[in-house]
Amino acid sequence: MITARYHREVPQRYRLEAGKCTKCGYVAFPPRLVCPKCSTKKFKPIVLKDEGKIITYTVIRVGPDKFSKETPYAIGIIELNDKLRLTAQIAGVVDFEKLKIGQKVKLVFRKIQDDGKAGIHMYGYKAVLA
Amino acid sequence: MVGIVGFGAYLPRYRIKAETIAKQWGMDANSIIRGLQLNEKTVPGQDEDTITISVAAAKNALLRAQIDPQDIGALYIGSESHPYAVKPSGTIVIDALGIGPHVHVASYEFACKAGSEAMYVAANLVKAGEMKYAMGIGADTSQGAPGDALEYSASAGGAAFIMGTEKVVAEILFTHSYTSDTPDFWRREGEDYPRHGGRFTGDPAYFKHVMGAATALLEKSKMKPSDFKYAVFHMPNGKFPQEVGKRLGFTKEQLEVGWIVPWMGNTYSGSSPTGLAAILDVAKPGDMIFMVSFGSGAGSDGFIFKVTKEITKVQNRAPKLKDYLDKDKIYLDYGEYAKFRKKIKLNE
Ligand SMILES: [Zn+2]
Repeated sequence: MITARYHREVPQRYRLEAGKCTKCGYVAFPPRLVCPKCSTKKFKPIVLKDEGKIITYTVIRVGPDKFSKETPYAIGIIELNDKLRLTAQIAGVVDFEKLKIGQKVKLVFRKIQDDGKAGIHMYGYKAVLA
Repeated sequence: MVGIVGFGAYLPRYRIKAETIAKQWGMDANSIIRGLQLNEKTVPGQDEDTITISVAAAKNALLRAQIDPQDIGALYIGSESHPYAVKPSGTIVIDALGIGPHVHVASYEFACKAGSEAMYVAANLVKAGEMKYAMGIGADTSQGAPGDALEYSASAGGAAFIMGTEKVVAEILFTHSYTSDTPDFWRREGEDYPRHGGRFTGDPAYFKHVMGAATALLEKSKMKPSDFKYAVFHMPNGKFPQEVGKRLGFTKEQLEVGWIVPWMGNTYSGSSPTGLAAILDVAKPGDMIFMVSFGSGAGSDGFIFKVTKEITKVQNRAPKLKDYLDKDKIYLDYGEYAKFRKKIKLNE
């Protein structure tokens, strides 16, 4: 069921909750059970900063079925101010020629997709130019 | 002292001009721009709805209030465009804001006054001593049928207000509600677009209820229009709030700051609440504010606020309504607008 997985991911998708390894300080986003650096299983939840910059991006002109009516749109790798990187759509871009690596962005709460016509609405983060 | 401890608004960046809509349907743009005093309206992005608008406005309110979201005991959202028919918008909004799970959540619905209802109930729960803070939100992504007069006004946006008793920025001195069975505007279950009673939406509906609540509020408070620095009324178009203000004895100057409809459109449940947010953005300690909402069906909620010295500390902590209204606008043509608002039938 898509609803069970979606529900499980709410803390990271809605509130940017990550896990910080209590032993070596590694920050896992999305949160993990085992630290890839020191194999510890103890993490404490932290909330990531919602501001960062574009590390790289691409413009999707032929999208997957669910997003085919939203093309063209940009997907970027964002480095947040606390140095963690994540992938997100860069929303509200009018002129893709003016999109630049290094541009400052802010993560906002948006609708990502619908589970068909009768299924749930799915929300999460997108980046917008700051 | 009970009142607003944090406030925030949000408007989408997209716009469509009244002129663009008029051209599509072969109407005279000037009669709409001059007659209804509507220049352009906000349009939600394809990834925006009442829930995302509520989250954005509430984040701004939290930035201003600087309180622990966990201390919020209730969150109410008034809207006529809740994304789910069954599942309260607030359930998603609290999780996005880090409020709860020990919180009371409900959706309100009363055409354009659902937002002021949420504010009213939130303030009174705090007043009753049930909780430290409560949030009331008015937000909408309203639709008018293609070619209908409502298409020029139905827009998107919202405002959020956190009610509390400490560090109050605007004290609520008086409230009054006025309601009757008046079928001026409705939408039956399963219908895509609302229906309205044409000219019936004026005197027997908007004017009767706004005047009813406003007159009672003035009597209750033993105040007169000249005692207020600002007044804001529900804004279904540019003309009605100006006209009702005049009938009650308010001046153009008192209405000016909250009268954002010519460039925003009617944000329904967010209409007078966004107007109030625009006023609080610039208000000074001691200013008195008069607000009356209106929801078809029909009813009005009135509030009298007194701005405190705390206001100047919070105004610059979050973006202002004017920032959203004037900056970074993206204009849509009618085809893009029809696609954004899902007015085009697709093969799914
Ligand atoms: Zn580790």
